[in-house]
Amino acid sequence: MSRGPVIQHDRQVLAERILEQTGVDVARCYQCGKCSAGCPLAADMDFPPSQIMHLLQLGDFPEFAELALRSHTIWLCLTCEICYCRCPMELDIPKLMDVLRYESLAQKKINPKAKDIISFHRAFLDSVRTTGRLFEMGQVIDYKLRSGHFLQDLLQAPWMFFVGKLHLIPERIRDRRLLKRMFARTLKAREGRP
Amino acid sequence: MARIGVFICHCGENISATVDVAKVAAAAAKIPGVVHSVDYKYMCSDPGQQMVSSAIKEKNLTGVVVAACSPRMHEPTFRRACAEAGLNPFLCEMANIREHCSWVHEKGEATTNKAIDIVRTLVAKVKKNKALLPIKVPVTKTALVLGGGIAGIQASLDIANSGHKVILVEKEPSIGGHMSQLSETFPTLDCSQCILTPRMVEVAQNPNITLYSYAELESLEGFIGNFKARIRKKARSLDEKLCTGCGLCCQKCPTKKIASDFDAGLGMRPAIYVPFPQAVPNKPVIDREHCTYYLKGKCRLCEKVCPTQAIRFDQADEIVEVEVGAVVMATGFDIKHGDFFPEYGYGNYRDVIDGLQFERMASASGPTLGEMRRPSDGKVPEIVVFIACAGSRDPAKGIEYCSKICCMYTAKHAMLYRHKVHHGKPYVFYMDIRAGGKMYEEFVRRAIEEDGVQYIRGRVSRIYERGGKLIVKGADTLLGARPMEIEADMVVLATAGVANPGAEALAQKVHISYDSHHFYSEAHPKLRPVETNTAGIFLAGACQAPKDIPESVAQASGAAAKVAALFSQDELIREPLIAVVDRQAPPLYSTCVGCFLCQTSCPYQAIEKEEIRGRDGQLIKTVAKVNPGLCQGCGTCVALCRSKSIDIQGFSHEQVYAEVLALLNRGESDV
Amino acid sequence: MKTGFYPGCSMKGSAREYSESLMAVAKVLGRELPEIPDWNCCGATAAHNLDRDLALALPARILAAAEKAGMDEVLVPCAACYSRLSVTRHELLDAKGSEALRARISGLIEAEYRGSAKVVNILEWLAGIGGLEGLIQAPFARKVACYYGCLLVRPAGIVKFDRPEEPQSMDRLMKKIGAEPLDWAFKTECCGAGFSISRNDLVARLSGLILDDAVARGAEAVIVACPMCHLNLDMRRPNIEKRADKKFRIPVLYVTQAIGLALGIAPKKLGLQRHKVTVRFSPAVDKSPAETLPPSGTRPGEA
Repeated sequence: MSRGPVIQHDRQVLAERILEQTGVDVARCYQCGKCSAGCPLAADMDFPPSQIMHLLQLGDFPEFAELALRSHTIWLCLTCEICYCRCPMELDIPKLMDVLRYESLAQKKINPKAKDIISFHRAFLDSVRTTGRLFEMGQVIDYKLRSGHFLQDLLQAPWMFFVGKLHLIPERIRDRRLLKRMFARTLKAREGRP
Repeated sequence: MARIGVFICHCGENISATVDVAKVAAAAAKIPGVVHSVDYKYMCSDPGQQMVSSAIKEKNLTGVVVAACSPRMHEPTFRRACAEAGLNPFLCEMANIREHCSWVHEKGEATTNKAIDIVRTLVAKVKKNKALLPIKVPVTKTALVLGGGIAGIQASLDIANSGHKVILVEKEPSIGGHMSQLSETFPTLDCSQCILTPRMVEVAQNPNITLYSYAELESLEGFIGNFKARIRKKARSLDEKLCTGCGLCCQKCPTKKIASDFDAGLGMRPAIYVPFPQAVPNKPVIDREHCTYYLKGKCRLCEKVCPTQAIRFDQADEIVEVEVGAVVMATGFDIKHGDFFPEYGYGNYRDVIDGLQFERMASASGPTLGEMRRPSDGKVPEIVVFIACAGSRDPAKGIEYCSKICCMYTAKHAMLYRHKVHHGKPYVFYMDIRAGGKMYEEFVRRAIEEDGVQYIRGRVSRIYERGGKLIVKGADTLLGARPMEIEADMVVLATAGVANPGAEALAQKVHISYDSHHFYSEAHPKLRPVETNTAGIFLAGACQAPKDIPESVAQASGAAAKVAALFSQDELIREPLIAVVDRQAPPLYSTCVGCFLCQTSCPYQAIEKEEIRGRDGQLIKTVAKVNPGLCQGCGTCVALCRSKSIDIQGFSHEQVYAEVLALLNRGESDV
Repeated sequence: MKTGFYPGCSMKGSAREYSESLMAVAKVLGRELPEIPDWNCCGATAAHNLDRDLALALPARILAAAEKAGMDEVLVPCAACYSRLSVTRHELLDAKGSEALRARISGLIEAEYRGSAKVVNILEWLAGIGGLEGLIQAPFARKVACYYGCLLVRPAGIVKFDRPEEPQSMDRLMKKIGAEPLDWAFKTECCGAGFSISRNDLVARLSGLILDDAVARGAEAVIVACPMCHLNLDMRRPNIEKRADKKFRIPVLYVTQAIGLALGIAPKKLGLQRHKVTVRFSPAVDKSPAETLPPSGTRPGEA
């Protein structure tokens, strides 16, 4: 039988890294639940925001921090800022979610349900990396290749083209080399890809 | 020749852990004038004090320095020991080598040397000390109680019943305070007015109590035992002696639609009004901001109908001057209102009400005669959401503290609602239930178990209106923080208890300290909870912090006991640490040149002019003189005196220079 | 005072009518809006979800370019871009430890970011233009639901614009052009933002709630100031209606389109023909809400 979570004192807990990087002290959260009450997607989350905060508060038990990193929540968060706006403790939860996403990516603990969302983000940034701007059509095709949702929204494209919203040729900025360097030193460097 | 005794205390290990006390004693012994120097584990203990008094007798000491803790703590102890041994107590000084040295430094030679320096300065000072005699001042045995809520009423009655005079000042037209607005009280559900009004009547009838209602404190001067207060009696616009309180004027007044403060804005009152039927005194006032006569110069209907011709439109405010020996602050509290909450609709939804409004709605004497009828359309609300911690425990809104009373009154509200609307559904959103108090937890359990109040653990994120319903967006953190929405007919916010809007100005008027939320500060959070830092001014009730009725009453009785103890003496003994103006033998008489800069700068009006006359009665010169009864020894005059003619006894120029020189010259004699 | 213009990617593509209407309105108002030279994408949600430095560097490069071009303020009509640019400015100028961060980001963009250019949103910019009322040709006399979305007013401490609950600035603008802004409950509720493609099921639900409330309160149009909000409420209308199992016929207009109509600009110039939900408002012709209806004859708000 499982003995339940075990305390580990010898590692820097996630909450401390969050405090360092964002100034958000999870210990200040007193679990009032106002963030979860106002979150537009709380009902879709595996752990609504107040529970994410509690998982981090109990960060001495690494299993709990792990649950936060593996959660669907961190990818569902829309950064709509309503939780931060209403938090009585003025905790910047959206900013904290950013750090959880970075940690989740770095530790390869991505929730399988978040695959589509991340594919979309990657497709978006790939477009920006190569052209400097978002090339909507290119991005959508890229996303479809990554996600496998080939048929979804297929009927939107002709309409968009028809009303003049869809360009077939990407706009490119002049200093695309700088953009490449910026990506190389940030996202790509962290993900260990060229 | 000075014969000084130095007594070094270890204070257990508080001092000796970082300061080498034996070395300090040895060094002190070498200071010129020191004839006795010892150290001991607890100097404040009986054997310690014995060491001091026997040394005084055996070594014939002319001065004593006790090197120990802060003088705030034990100076009285050692001065008493000196007095018992026959040494004037003002020849004893404390050298603070604990707070100023051992507690704030690491163990080491430098720390010990600093302790020696501190002892050296005090030895230098005590050599210049003079024997002083304490000042005796008379006590005016009348108390001023500010605020006529339950705390002020209780304090007034207790002081009056111990045989002393009380002047009770209430800013509203009637005493009674917030308690008179309440419906029923937790945890017994007895009717608030039923238990309060007999006390209000008692106040009116007690011959020792003078009640000034519709009055405010204008100024307070003086000090413990001897305050002078000026009270502004606002014009009621009627002759109180002639008025019989028949109420005809209020009935006939044509301006009837003024939101009643007493009904928390839910009910209406006329321009000439008595706040509520059981008011004490039961005499109306004219609200000049709304009265047609004051606005347009016409009407005077009340004057025409008054059977005793008591209306006085031209009445002016009156200033009453009284002398009192003690003051009890019982000015109460206020609550935040709906407009404080952007996420709950900025106060724009009429059916989102606060706790006091609910009390008025539930009260049999209230605007709905005790029926549950929501303000917007008068319908009986079928679903009512109660929100605890509305604004309290909310640093983002600037109120980090717990308002303490809301958990209990919210349980009571939900319970009362259920008693009045049997099929109604009360929901309480809460964060914690703080029911610490006699029979309090049982009361909350009763609301949940017997009255079926549903408690949901979570804070409401937002309220908005749709189709006559209030949509309450919450979450239950005990159910995985799942968001939930309740379509309510009415929402009651248990809004934060806050200080009165005028609390800060009043505190500055009477010179007492207050916290960042403008609640009045007690002298010590545990051991002196009913005193302020200003001697002779005491605290009762929610002006100190939000508190419920039993606590307010207990504190009021405590304050009254303090006042009675003060009034049990005919004279007060004060330390003679006051300013004195130089006096000399003729022909100089005094170095004072009579510029009287001291007089204009004295915050206590303690400086008078004295005319020095020759034997023939001819005026020689006019000089300053300090009234020892008024002087507080603040030293402002000393700093300003251009001819250095004023000194503070116990902290004279000579003494302070001696201390400084002792530090500057230390290299020459020792160490 | 030189005001630069940051269109952002959507205004060049799926939200080109926002750009068209803004330019048309600016022309009437006599304002020039030069684009920031060689601007890049702000990174949007994707960047800040995946990499912090990148999420700051992309907007920092835009702002540095604006500074270099001598712009004192930058008009950012897209609320999402506005948020990214505002947050970046805050992080690099005012937040704790901003100095070190600014140095690092300046290194990444290979240019110095000083922070001299202010970031201005569309409502702020329009509110700052005096005399708008005097130019009205045909009052836009419609009941409108002003939809601010999330990012124009939040986080309040960073954008420092309007009040975060029940904001008023767009309502005031609408009053200026003769519209009747309604009190409604979803002014600042989220529409689903960047999930338009990856999770359009969520967008359909959240946007459906918004339309539901607007219609229930009798709005004839929803007014927006963000391409993402427009995309979700307009282009995603089939998904919304499918999920809600009812039809919403209420059109969604950019704030600049509504103003443009009031200024008497031709609908085509405002790009109204590019909407998924047909807009049949035309300047001064008539005020009948029935104009917005497709031939089927059902009234707005009915299922």
